[in-house]
Amino acid sequence: MAIDTATPAPVSSATPSPEKKTRREINILAGFGHLFLAVWALLIIAPLVWTFLASFKDNEEIFGDAWTLPATLRFDNWARAWTEANVGQYFLNSVFVVSLSTAGTMLLGAMAAYVLARYTFFGNRIIYYLFVSGLAFPVFLALVPLFFVVRNLGLLNSYVGLILVYIAYSLPFTVFFLAAFFKSLPNSVAEAAIMDGASHTRLFFQVMMPMARSGLISITIFNVIGQWNQYLLPLALLQGEGAEEKWVLTQGIANISTTAGFHADWGGLFAALTMAILPMIVIYAIFQRQIQSGLTSGAVK
Amino acid sequence: MRHGKYPFVIGFLAAPVTIYVVFVIAPYAQAFYMALTNWRGLSPGQFVGLENFTRLFQDEVFWKALRHHGILLLALPLITIIIALFLAFMLNVGGGSQKGMMAGVWGSKFYRVVFFLPQVLAIAILGVLFQSVYRPDGSGMINSLVSKAGLEPIGFLIDPKLALWSIVAVLVWQGVGFYVVLFSAGMSNIPKDIYEAAMLDGATRSSMFFRVTLPLLWDTLQVAWVYLGIAAFDCFAIVQTLTVDQGGPDGSTTVIGMEIYRNAFVYSKYGYASAMGVALFFLTITFAALSLRVSRRESVEM
Repeated sequence: MAIDTATPAPVSSATPSPEKKTRREINILAGFGHLFLAVWALLIIAPLVWTFLASFKDNEEIFGDAWTLPATLRFDNWARAWTEANVGQYFLNSVFVVSLSTAGTMLLGAMAAYVLARYTFFGNRIIYYLFVSGLAFPVFLALVPLFFVVRNLGLLNSYVGLILVYIAYSLPFTVFFLAAFFKSLPNSVAEAAIMDGASHTRLFFQVMMPMARSGLISITIFNVIGQWNQYLLPLALLQGEGAEEKWVLTQGIANISTTAGFHADWGGLFAALTMAILPMIVIYAIFQRQIQSGLTSGAVK
Repeated sequence: MRHGKYPFVIGFLAAPVTIYVVFVIAPYAQAFYMALTNWRGLSPGQFVGLENFTRLFQDEVFWKALRHHGILLLALPLITIIIALFLAFMLNVGGGSQKGMMAGVWGSKFYRVVFFLPQVLAIAILGVLFQSVYRPDGSGMINSLVSKAGLEPIGFLIDPKLALWSIVAVLVWQGVGFYVVLFSAGMSNIPKDIYEAAMLDGATRSSMFFRVTLPLLWDTLQVAWVYLGIAAFDCFAIVQTLTVDQGGPDGSTTVIGMEIYRNAFVYSKYGYASAMGVALFFLTITFAALSLRVSRRESVEM
């Protein structure tokens, strides 16, 4: 999707040089624009770097001047955050929940989208619009009844409940996007496979899923990021006895932030923040191209 | 299709449709009924008709939240889109023509990666992070610089006039990168020779932007507007994690989502919270329908 992948090196053609006036205008504008780009990049990087540095400071340094370096690298902040403040636990909880819920979302979403996109049967349109209508409904509308649905099923404060809810709320987008994708796949391959005696199920798993790989990857990324960053649903559904051990990372960090004041452990808070942010930055750095195209392709279509 | 179609179709749809109906459709349907009761969680609630809604319209906090959504709805898309458009234009065609090609400025790949970065960070975590950015004394990131410049420190989150704008700033900070990439994708679809032709006709940079880029990006802009508008009706996570007393000072940053959460899980006013949810739903739907109607115009064929 990024432009620099799309354009091969051009063969220089003899274009007439533009007039001086435009060239000067270009230089001024390009200079100003470049400055603006650099400033914005700095605005993004500065708070993150600053948090990283603050994770080595003690309380005195944190409440002193913001723009000083820590005297020493205090790794005990990190140790405290990981063990006492349970950031390690929260982190693993998040990984566990999101990997299961994304896998479930993709499998169920792809199955539903495939059937809705490529089979005609009674009720097809109704089910499709039922899914798509979910795109227009804010989660807050259903927050209270959802809490009681989950409670009555005995799934409150359990990962099973949370994962099922994640899957349910990710389905509209997933089905909508994948149905469009499955529709665009050619018929000839499917027909050939059916002629060869493949069952519908086999056709789906061995022919259609591999063909839709690029779409599946994009939507997977979309769901991973969305569910990883989810805050409201775990807040509403993971409460009660022993909920603290089950908390996901966003909840855990928000809680550490409120208790940092009581414990006067600000270094620990920044260490916890850094731990929450750093893995995301690393993963993003590795997959940045897929992530960017994955997140935006859904919007362009 | 031939034999065995229906067992397959039903088999494939059973699980997703069941989960979806139980956890999404059923709660949505119940929310509309619940909004008409005075249910407080213990005894079964009684049906009270529209009483919750009449109370809602006299509720000062609700109107406050509504006003904040109005501000967010105007400010958030406008600021984000303008900054993102400018940055994307600089990245893609700001470098002038090199060897007869429109090129982005130097380092545009690096910039694109950096701008997009906040998008992968959870807004709840950013809320916690920005508490330290905004701290009202010399230990705050911004105020440290402000006091170095010899000015009075700014109470970003404790001044009711500034608090909401501090929230907007965080949302813009986080959101711009996504739209830079989105607009870049749109701009890369614009054929280069249109720019070439415009250059030869002596078009300036700015007229090129307004006469070529903007019209051809219209559909993408519309998508961005709707996305940001819908985001403006949420904002719960950032308000809950960043503001003083979760929506303060003195309710000056509260949003409907925050009030729904508070009414449901703090006061146990389930009927009333559902009524707020219903109000929020109609607001969102109205906005989406309106913006799609208003911005519909002839899209330029390429």
